[in-house]
Amino acid sequence: MAKVLMKGNEALGEAAVRAGCRFFFGYPITPQSELPHYLAKRLPEVGGVFLQAESEVAAINMVYGASGAGARVMTSSSSPGISLKMEGISYMAGAELPCVIVNMQRGGPGLGGIQPGQADYFQAVKGGGHGDYRLLVLAPASIQEMVDLMGKAFELADKYRNPVMILGDGILGQMMEPVEFPEMLDPASLPDKPYATTGAREREPRIVNSLFLDPVELEEHNLKLKEKYDHMVAEETRAESYFTEDSEIVLVAYGSSARVAKAAVDQARAQGIKAGLFRPITLFPFPKHQIQEACQNAKQVLTVEMSLGQMVEDVRYNLEFRIPVHFYGRVGGMVPTTRAVFDEIKRLVDGEVD
Amino acid sequence: MLRVEFDEERCKGCELCAAACPQRIIVMAPRLNTMGFHPATVTEQERCISCAFCARMCPDVVITVRKEEKKRG
Amino acid sequence: MITVFERPKSLTPAKTHYCPGCTHGIIHRLVAEVIDELDVREDTIGIAPVGCSVLAYNYFNLDMQEAAHGRAPAVATGIKRVHPDKVVFTYQGDGDLAAIGTAEIIHAAARGEKITTIFVNNAIYGMTGGQMAPTTLVGQEATTAPSGRNAETQGYPVRMSEILATIQGTAYIARVSVHNPQEVAKAKKAIKKAFQIQLERKGFALVEVLSTCPTNWGLTPLAAMKWLQENMIPYYPLGVQKTPEEVEV
Repeated sequence: MAKVLMKGNEALGEAAVRAGCRFFFGYPITPQSELPHYLAKRLPEVGGVFLQAESEVAAINMVYGASGAGARVMTSSSSPGISLKMEGISYMAGAELPCVIVNMQRGGPGLGGIQPGQADYFQAVKGGGHGDYRLLVLAPASIQEMVDLMGKAFELADKYRNPVMILGDGILGQMMEPVEFPEMLDPASLPDKPYATTGAREREPRIVNSLFLDPVELEEHNLKLKEKYDHMVAEETRAESYFTEDSEIVLVAYGSSARVAKAAVDQARAQGIKAGLFRPITLFPFPKHQIQEACQNAKQVLTVEMSLGQMVEDVRYNLEFRIPVHFYGRVGGMVPTTRAVFDEIKRLVDGEVD
Repeated sequence: MLRVEFDEERCKGCELCAAACPQRIIVMAPRLNTMGFHPATVTEQERCISCAFCARMCPDVVITVRKEEKKRG
Repeated sequence: MITVFERPKSLTPAKTHYCPGCTHGIIHRLVAEVIDELDVREDTIGIAPVGCSVLAYNYFNLDMQEAAHGRAPAVATGIKRVHPDKVVFTYQGDGDLAAIGTAEIIHAAARGEKITTIFVNNAIYGMTGGQMAPTTLVGQEATTAPSGRNAETQGYPVRMSEILATIQGTAYIARVSVHNPQEVAKAKKAIKKAFQIQLERKGFALVEVLSTCPTNWGLTPLAAMKWLQENMIPYYPLGVQKTPEEVEV
């Protein structure tokens, strides 16, 4: 299939359709609105449903209902809207319902701004909603990767019966790149979901639920969920390593920040500095073994984020505090420049910072 | 077969059935069921007119009501 | 002997957790009887709310989903859009539907979702301990209105059926009561109509059922029925608020 030039948000929409998603429920918010715009036109063409809900809260609960009814379903939003969806996300994790949630992050907190940000890392990776649960969090860094990960996201959601979040940012949503799409997956070809409420025809009724009033049962349920999360940790980590084999300094960044970091690494290499980039693609589960391997020769690590330091905590933790981990971040919609990141690399390598 | 039958173990003794009975034949038994309620009961079965008002008012679906089949001819 | 009244098939054999004399049991049974009579048990998906009827999924012998507080109409929307040929209903209390879930019910109605809602209004929060509900009457005591609801500071009870009847997307809105066998029969008729409206794809249908809460009202089940009749019905008049015929006029 030939490559087409497409905006990130629209490419995600087409990728969802190709992955067999026929149901979208959402509420408008900048900077992700091109995704619902695209699906509002595209889904009816393939017999699907696009519905603009009255709120983010309603949208995620529509996703809950549709997923509980057996459908591949998604929603998308940006930071403040994702906060509103947290109720439904926790319920879906509790009721073990698959879905895909796109977060095109913008600056926060509160209403924040509409320019790109990466300050929702904690919310996406550590919880956000109430209770012991985890989202599988995928962090693409290009439009092609967004497209590829969209298919993967639906696959993983069904495999683990768990919500999956695609954690992008305003840059990835708005930028254009050539992409190639996979073949269309026919949703009818997907296996039946044994939990789906479809009407109790010649079988026992099914109940979609996250309520366990008996603490013994609720603990068992939590332990069962934990087992799934442990499986994710064991089997689903993904990452990209770039020039890390001989690197004295390894940059760690995801999403748009990783693109900037990669350019800074190239610049450093051009000047003879042994710099490399480690880019986690799954943020939960965090690619622990991969980062340890990538940093085995590193004397120091520099984490770059569009936040005041969120993922950096996981970088330190997963490197078991054996290597100094430094941080460079911009916030509020400000994007780190290649020059600034390169300067930071140079400063660290030259020993200006201990 | 009884005209009106109470699943006494499910009865919560709320008396809504007794108040609805036009024949006033439903009483709360002096005995307690395993939930600790005095269950509704009818001793004068022959006075029951099978109107099912009691069953319609019962929140716990305790009551089954039957009537004689009409003889043809 | 022929049986004139027995347990409907759309109810499970489970004993309910409801207090003695709580009319939730009557309303559950009416919904189940209607589903049996329309022969749609195997095509029906119900949504349980948060509140006293949170465990309704244990009592209806149907596929069920448990919704977050107030979100049942959104969950129902998701299900109905995936399975437009199935029968989808929500069962919600007054806190669920008229307070925390006001946006969801209004907009499900506005979209004309082809779903049926059973709205149980007992003018109080039962499950959490007798707090004031959006439908608590002025002067009615509640644990969060110990001197009775004060209109000056706590405002006025909401008449949801009247509000919903003004929305174009609604096809059928009725308010009924279950305080005596005659009213129970009428309530069943209305509930049946609300399901038929859905089967005929005419639009959103809701039946508000005035209900008692003997425990939190501090009354015996019989006295609670009398209180409902004397206090709730004057403020929440019974009757059909809107029917498809009216829509067509």
